[in-house]
Amino acid sequence: MAIEEPIEENEVEKRIVQDSTEKYKVRIENVNGWYGSKKAIKDVNLNVKEKSVTAFIGPSGCGKTTLLRCLNRMHEMTPGAHADGRVVVDGIDIYDKSIDPVVIRRRIGMVFQKPNPFPTMSIFDNVAAGLRLNGLKNKTIVREIVEESLRNAALWDEVKNELDKPGMSLSGGQQQRLCIARALAMQPEVLLMDEPTSSLDPIGSSKIEELLRTLKDSVTIIIVTHNMQQAARVSDFTAFMYLGDLIEYGLTNQIFMKPEKELTERYISGKFG
Amino acid sequence: MTVDSNSNSTSGRKYSDILEKTVDRNYKKRIIINRLVTIFTIVCVIAAIVPLGSILLEVIKNGAKAISFEFITQPQGSIGSGNGGIGPAIQGTIIVVGLASLIAAPVGVLAGIYLSEYARRGIFADLVRFFNDVLTGLPSIVIGIVGYIVIVLSIGSFSVLAGAISLSIIMIPIVVRVTEETLKVVPYSFREAGHSLGISKAKITLFIVLPSAKNGILTGIVIAISRIAGETAPLIMTILGTSLFFTGITGPVDALPLRIWRLASQPYESAHAFGWGSALILILMILALSVGLRFLAQKRGFK
Repeated sequence: MAIEEPIEENEVEKRIVQDSTEKYKVRIENVNGWYGSKKAIKDVNLNVKEKSVTAFIGPSGCGKTTLLRCLNRMHEMTPGAHADGRVVVDGIDIYDKSIDPVVIRRRIGMVFQKPNPFPTMSIFDNVAAGLRLNGLKNKTIVREIVEESLRNAALWDEVKNELDKPGMSLSGGQQQRLCIARALAMQPEVLLMDEPTSSLDPIGSSKIEELLRTLKDSVTIIIVTHNMQQAARVSDFTAFMYLGDLIEYGLTNQIFMKPEKELTERYISGKFG
Repeated sequence: MTVDSNSNSTSGRKYSDILEKTVDRNYKKRIIINRLVTIFTIVCVIAAIVPLGSILLEVIKNGAKAISFEFITQPQGSIGSGNGGIGPAIQGTIIVVGLASLIAAPVGVLAGIYLSEYARRGIFADLVRFFNDVLTGLPSIVIGIVGYIVIVLSIGSFSVLAGAISLSIIMIPIVVRVTEETLKVVPYSFREAGHSLGISKAKITLFIVLPSAKNGILTGIVIAISRIAGETAPLIMTILGTSLFFTGITGPVDALPLRIWRLASQPYESAHAFGWGSALILILMILALSVGLRFLAQKRGFK
């Protein structure tokens, strides 16, 4: 449970320096998520601090993944699903009518539960896919970004001599880091991770956790996890959700050590969920 | 089948004895049934393969001796002479089938993409699917008659164009179906990954989804080409058949299935030999196309 004090101080400083509306990277305001007529997210309000790791925890079906998918407008890709409310990223409401979700997703990266590298592409092409298919033609720049992204995803040393091999030839943990590199290549400001280690073995998981600690220096990370220990290890802030409601949100230390709500306490101590 | 002594829950294993007895009683029966089913499937395989193999053998036996350089390059000599060859028919088949494929493959693949990627549900998509299936089952002679009325009569001549369009009408629904089914198998997670990178839907479809389905779609196109390469009925109504080489896209042309049919209906021994030879050439052409495209697909992609 290593929550470094400096971060909190840092935030306090920011609070003083910046305008109150600008101190959060992502502001979630009155967000409701629907599957048909079923409400999966109920009026969630939550502010995410810049360059920190925020974890969404809660029992299965509590809506944590749905909430995450509302943050880059992936939720509405599911047939019959829609969301309302406001999600403000850097002062821009991504649910505004004038916003094209495709453009928004370029700035908000996502890593999925199961590693999903593009099957017909090499390791290099996988990382370059987002750049190339968004029209970046300059080969030198693409190469540079690919290398940097693979380094940032702690995969470069393992794959630098086999960049032409299919992405699918890597191990599960490597594939997941490849997917992280692919997301990082788009230079996102926010990285959404949906249970990124749930299909990996302990070694693969710990590598990703390690990675999160370095990544948060440059990217705001929101991670959904069903693993409470993981949330305690990697996150600065934790949001506990239950049955579509945000029950409690605060510093990870506080949520795990002395939660305010009884429900949180019971979940954290393993009495249900 | 042994009782697990570690089990500490008696209620959970209440029926273990009766289950074990049933399993024992049925054990011999199961082995016999298993063997019978295996034998039955083998018999079915033989039943499917034997006619096919014997046809192929018969064609090779009778056709091989007719084939020569002259046979595949020259037009037919005078009737009953046994001179010349089927050059125009080979050329005609390549031109008509090639043109039909050039029309049908893009149209079919794009329509398949539409059904799979853009309109999975909805009345319009269901209607398209329904009529597509109806079109697949349409007798080819009917398509030939339509080609005759719509194209031949309006141009005023039997033509390559009429033949190619008629054949493409047979081919399109097959390609549409195969493309849609193959694309549906591509996991949604790849599309999702594309969306999360802010890639537009068109590019996701073209550069991520389509390459994953490439082999399946290519196989479908080869099957569809093989199907139309052997069609006779629509060609009678559209390209007519001639003993001359290609004269132009609005002129008549010959084709192998037509030539086979005409040769077989002649009373001469030499014509029958030519017919067998033509059949063998047609089979070899389809085989070469199938093997060639598959080879190309394997070389390009990994899998």
